[in-house]
Amino acid sequence: MSTATENIGQDQSTLFRGSDTEIALKDEKSVRGTPNKAMPAFILGEELADIAEHDERIVVATADLANSSRTRDFAARHPGRFLDFGIAERNMITSAAGMASCGMIPYVATFASFCAILCAEPIRTDCAYPRMPVRIIGHHSGISMGFYGTSHHSLEDLGMMRTIADLTVVCAADANQLRAILRASVDHPGAMYIRLGRGRDAEVYAEVPADFRFGQAKMLRDGRDLTIIATGSQVHASLAAADALAAEGKSVRVLDMHTVKPLDVDAVRKAAAETGAILTVEEHNIIGGLGSAVAEVIAGGPAVRFHRHGVEDQYSLIGPPAALYAHYRLDAAGVTAVARDFLAGTPTI
Amino acid sequence: MDPEHRSDRGRNVSEEFLADRAKFIRLETLRLTRIAGAGHYSSTFSAAELFSALYYAHLRYDPANPKWADRDRFVLSKGHAAIGLYPVLADLGFFDAALLDSFTRLGSPFGDHPDMKKIAGIDFSSGSLGHGLSIGLGMALAGRLQKRDYRTYVMLGDGELNEGQIWEAAMAAGHYKLSGLVAIVDRNQLCIDGPTEHVMSVEPIHGRFEAFGWDVKRIDGHDFKAILSALDGLAPAGTGKPQMIVADTIKGRGVKHMELSLNWHVGNLVGADYDDAYNEIAAGLKAYQPENA
Repeated sequence: MSTATENIGQDQSTLFRGSDTEIALKDEKSVRGTPNKAMPAFILGEELADIAEHDERIVVATADLANSSRTRDFAARHPGRFLDFGIAERNMITSAAGMASCGMIPYVATFASFCAILCAEPIRTDCAYPRMPVRIIGHHSGISMGFYGTSHHSLEDLGMMRTIADLTVVCAADANQLRAILRASVDHPGAMYIRLGRGRDAEVYAEVPADFRFGQAKMLRDGRDLTIIATGSQVHASLAAADALAAEGKSVRVLDMHTVKPLDVDAVRKAAAETGAILTVEEHNIIGGLGSAVAEVIAGGPAVRFHRHGVEDQYSLIGPPAALYAHYRLDAAGVTAVARDFLAGTPTI
Repeated sequence: MDPEHRSDRGRNVSEEFLADRAKFIRLETLRLTRIAGAGHYSSTFSAAELFSALYYAHLRYDPANPKWADRDRFVLSKGHAAIGLYPVLADLGFFDAALLDSFTRLGSPFGDHPDMKKIAGIDFSSGSLGHGLSIGLGMALAGRLQKRDYRTYVMLGDGELNEGQIWEAAMAAGHYKLSGLVAIVDRNQLCIDGPTEHVMSVEPIHGRFEAFGWDVKRIDGHDFKAILSALDGLAPAGTGKPQMIVADTIKGRGVKHMELSLNWHVGNLVGADYDDAYNEIAAGLKAYQPENA
């Protein structure tokens, strides 16, 4: 079904700008000419292309961001099942729902701010409500776009997506976990929002986690004094914090809460009962995202010390990503400091 | 194709039969409006002939197998006209007509806007205007990919053309040259706040869609000859211009005091209002006299 000459669009040139030769050449390099290995987590197009080798239902779309999302890697191998909708995200999301109603499984990718925030209503009305298996991939989430500014940041998407019934909301911590998410997503019922970082995420999982299950948090470190519940980009920083605090004699549990919805309620209750203190860490507004989801669980249970760490309900400063992560204490040093203060009972702000 | 259940395009039915079904659609719309205490009757009356021609003469479907992969798709993008579509689906055997008695009651599958997960024969849920053409675009793309020859028909309201996403979908359909995508505009001239050309002008619909790469026909949407001719003349699904039929219609058609009147968009009909409307429709459609225009 997917040969270079057999396209879903009427003409190869309209599907993907540039000839096959150009695609092949560009494939050796990232957008800025650096080797692909500099972008470990952006295996998105490659992994989807692998899945599509054995599954004719897979179709991939972007909205003029084939390079940024690396969906061009899919386009190069399955041009007949790749669609570039141009800069028209709502049409992309809703059309994907139409395709899904006819038996396809669409993976549609664009910046998190331009899918989850711009297209919140089509995601609810056309994907989640009719339970269409559309996989909405929001890449470059949070503040990872740095100096591009608030228009390109996405600190609200988890909160918005989490209030949509029948929508699975999941965040990838690194490339290997993203592979696991994508593989598990194919036949998962209903619509799904998959939140990615910028594609330069440090490795958390040395290999593709075989035990990945939606809705089941992964305990990466066990501990007695505190549980850090983190998601997406903050899992790596939280592990570093746990290690740093271990050197100071503190025993810190780290849960990778990749699935923000449905939340692993049992893991949260267990952490509350066994460690007595919970710190949530997310690259998101502290309102509405992981911290709120965890708070909703513990609010109904026994008293536990609790703090939400993230961006404090404000628009981000302009700056390079690394500088922003340091400023908002969303890097290893920052999360370590926040966790240390929380354990010591001193203010964390 | 099993002739007992499945219907294919170009069925040999009389105009009298289609007119009778259009009358049935209007009368059922009145009945359901009374059950609900409110309904979008006037914007359903404008589409009664279109519904009748599509479902009783043209579309390919199988009520015994509503998910048949090769069926034509019909997306009611102006979802508020579902009150006129439900009786058609019941009449064709997609579900038991008695179920309609629960219209809009607590827990009913049948609301003012249609839900594909609850009602056999509804190909996609709708209600939020401006989405349907994108849904149809996706269905047509899937048909191309799966090498199926079904067409996807999307019924749009004229006021709905104000929505920006319509034009995103129109641009994409032209770009992908999806002749299997057929849009039908129920050009009934009024939206809630007034005539479309006063609220937010949609004309020239013809020229605007042609500029987006569509093949556009304009017909009298209450004339079965014109409707059937336009439907029968559609190009097959394949690589070519997406196709649009602009059906000039009259909002409220069939009940004289409702025709092109802003006072009857949604609501209930009680007492003499109901009886008068019922009797007027039951007596059959009369030639249109543009007194309200």
